[in-house]
Amino acid sequence: MDIKNKVILITGTSKGIGKYLAEYYLNKNCIVCGCSRNKSDIKNKNYRHFQLDVADETAVSETLRQIRKEFNRLDVLINNAGIASMNHFLLTPLKTIIDIYKTNVTGSFLFSRESVKLMKKNKTGRIINMSTVAVRLNIEGESVYASSKAALNSFTKILAKEISPYNITVNAVGLAPMKTDLIKNVPDEKIEKLLNQMTVKRLMEFEDITNMTDFLINDNSSFITGQVIYMGGV
Amino acid sequence: MTEQNKINELIFEVIKEINESLPSDKKIKVAADTVLYGSKSKLDSFGLVNLIVGVEEKIQDETGISITIADEKALSRKNSPFLTVKTLSDYVSELLNNVQKEE
Repeated sequence: MDIKNKVILITGTSKGIGKYLAEYYLNKNCIVCGCSRNKSDIKNKNYRHFQLDVADETAVSETLRQIRKEFNRLDVLINNAGIASMNHFLLTPLKTIIDIYKTNVTGSFLFSRESVKLMKKNKTGRIINMSTVAVRLNIEGESVYASSKAALNSFTKILAKEISPYNITVNAVGLAPMKTDLIKNVPDEKIEKLLNQMTVKRLMEFEDITNMTDFLINDNSSFITGQVIYMGGV
Repeated sequence: MTEQNKINELIFEVIKEINESLPSDKKIKVAADTVLYGSKSKLDSFGLVNLIVGVEEKIQDETGISITIADEKALSRKNSPFLTVKTLSDYVSELLNNVQKEE
């Protein structure tokens, strides 16, 4: 697969999976545009960083305008930016659900909308939404996080139909737990219980994710759209 | 060129771009009275989406102002702003004036 020179936009590249994906595709000689609330420490001539809140409509629109001006194309969008909260719903403040839905749902919506406007010019594109196995496993304490990702899954399936005429695909990847900041506060026994519900009982590795993103980005994957693909056999 | 004429020209440019990918019998007339919406329009719903997105993009490029044409206000109007090129142009002009007043 030749993905060299593809322009890839990844949200949430300051740490964790987003940063790994940015560095992975930079190593494959892609042009990577990343964003986060913070500055980035990624140093690469093919990397552009945009400091923004993914739910800020004006900032997202301006980011895509800048990408259009510089590259006049966008091949791949990976909606990776996400926040989580593990808590009983009775103990969940209003601000938590607002913040989580803003980042996980509104942010993905805005980036998808503005990206499709650019992708459709070249009549090709790939959108990958990062979801979670928590949607399917209905894990206690994750009502807000999992429901925000359930919304993203539903968005993915409907968006697939609406943007199919532009030859753009959109799929979601249901990520399994891995050692990132997102689950650093989850007790070990909770993780153990979660792993026991998976077919493949191990934590996810970065390579599991890039194996999936490579597959979805591949030019030959134009027939795969509107799918939510869960990791670990969930 | 007045602002209204300029907006008309921008919409015409978008129509010409859309026409490039349409067969000759489906091409849209480049004129102010061209019907964009309803049974008399040559545009299907997908074509109308392309036109609106194209106009938003052209406006942003030309003026630096980001507008959302298909907002709740537009959709709830008794007389749709998407009926003809002229009504669309009038509505875009109104949106731009509102943005300038807010600034």
